[in-house]
Amino acid sequence: MKVYADNAATTKISKTALDAMLPCYTQIYGNPSSLHTVGQEAFHALRDARRTVAECLGCESDEVFFTSGGSESDNWAIRGIALAMAKKGKKHIISTKFEHHAVLHTLNKLEKEGFSVTLLDVYENGIVRVEDLKNAIRDDTALVTIMYANNEIGTIQPIREIGAVCREKGVLFHTDAVQAVGHIPVDVKADNIDLLSLSGHKFHGPKGVGALYCKKGIRFENLIEGGAQESNRRAGTENVPGIVGMAAALKEACDNMEKNAEKLVAMREQLINGILKIDRSRINGDRVNRLPGNVSACFEGVEGESLLLYLDLAGISASSGSACTSGSLDPSHVLLSIGLPHEVAHGSLRLSLCEENTPEQMDYILSQLPGIIDRLRDMSPLWEKIQKESNSK
Amino acid sequence: MEYSEKVMEHFVHPHNVGKIEDADGVGEVGNAKCGDIMKMYLKINDGVITDVKFNTYGCASAIATSSIATDMIKGKPLSEALKLTNKAVVEALDGLPAVKIHCSVLAEQAIKAAVKDYYEKNGIEYDEADFHFNEEHHHI
Repeated sequence: MKVYADNAATTKISKTALDAMLPCYTQIYGNPSSLHTVGQEAFHALRDARRTVAECLGCESDEVFFTSGGSESDNWAIRGIALAMAKKGKKHIISTKFEHHAVLHTLNKLEKEGFSVTLLDVYENGIVRVEDLKNAIRDDTALVTIMYANNEIGTIQPIREIGAVCREKGVLFHTDAVQAVGHIPVDVKADNIDLLSLSGHKFHGPKGVGALYCKKGIRFENLIEGGAQESNRRAGTENVPGIVGMAAALKEACDNMEKNAEKLVAMREQLINGILKIDRSRINGDRVNRLPGNVSACFEGVEGESLLLYLDLAGISASSGSACTSGSLDPSHVLLSIGLPHEVAHGSLRLSLCEENTPEQMDYILSQLPGIIDRLRDMSPLWEKIQKESNSK
Repeated sequence: MEYSEKVMEHFVHPHNVGKIEDADGVGEVGNAKCGDIMKMYLKINDGVITDVKFNTYGCASAIATSSIATDMIKGKPLSEALKLTNKAVVEALDGLPAVKIHCSVLAEQAIKAAVKDYYEKNGIEYDEADFHFNEEHHHI
């Protein structure tokens, strides 16, 4: 059996999205900036896509800027606001310890350029505390950037409350909603969000396309200079097929959100219950406030990369936050941020589901997983130590 | 990052996995914090490695290097086993991704640690220079 359970990494494009895209390559292939009919057709396709994305987010069309994806949106939002606010003497940014690297690395760079950054704790449950945010906001705070839902452990942040605090204190609020949009309800107005990043390929849209929502009237600097595209905010001929496909995928995801979530939560719980039957296993992050399709687990005495490659041999695609899969010496900063010791974090496994997965596939995963873990533990000197320690207690 | 077929072959079907209860020399290197531990068990007769087994906690390349390194020293005199370099292990595996080279170092160190253990247990004099590596595991 083949099971694709790495939907937080990327998704398969939906038929609806693909069908919407194809004419953009063969018929509506004009440049939206061209005044002739072929160009104008592309312009209209772009306009309609922008309206669709705006409707899904609860904002106006002219508050949506198309980008090359989540990373660009994050870079643009944070750097764009930082540079604009620095002119007002505000050079402090608040974020969390477990943001995506698109956010953390941008912040690192800004720190080197003279900005100061406060990273909030996310505690054992992987959820930021609004009280901590209140205490961290200073007179010179330019921006708060906190992700909507975490990409590894799936925990959903109290975005509406965070947004309310930021509004009250007069601080701008950006959220990296790459994992949330299309999966859980997101409404930028109700959630008090000033800027939001999203990425098309996380909800069955195409890769290489995303969007940045920015509330009207907020000043932020451009990242990419050149032509007058995107209301003079983001230069470069628009990726019309990508944008059209993303909009179609987003509408489909939002239209089916409730139905999909119900199905996903049932499969997620099926997996979690099965996983917790395995000796010395744990689920990472809050059990309730998590994305419908996210299962993040750790298995002691086992290394994540080996686990994921043996799963792959069994036809199951998953991911891990072990050091060996990240190409660095440390395991994932997300798992360390919730207080896991290195040796536990090395044994992590993320299964991220989509509505095309089935309960039978979950049964299959659960039929394969314990055997693979046993096999790795049988040859693991770390497991031998863990066993000895628990026997001596 | 991509593994060679040879690495995958040794990862999927590792040779010499297990323990030797009455081993003549045991060497363990690496640590849990870094995500890899290698433990080698040697059976030695007349200065020749007659049997070798390993237990490894780590990624695919850690398991594959343990497997091929044990193959490379089985049946060999100790003097030859001590000459096994991480470079030779990497070559035998048709290469390792750059970030995984430390796994091959670990294999070399584990073998040396096991031989040293044998020498020490048996009061055999040895040349420190043959065991030229840091006791503590460092990634390179």
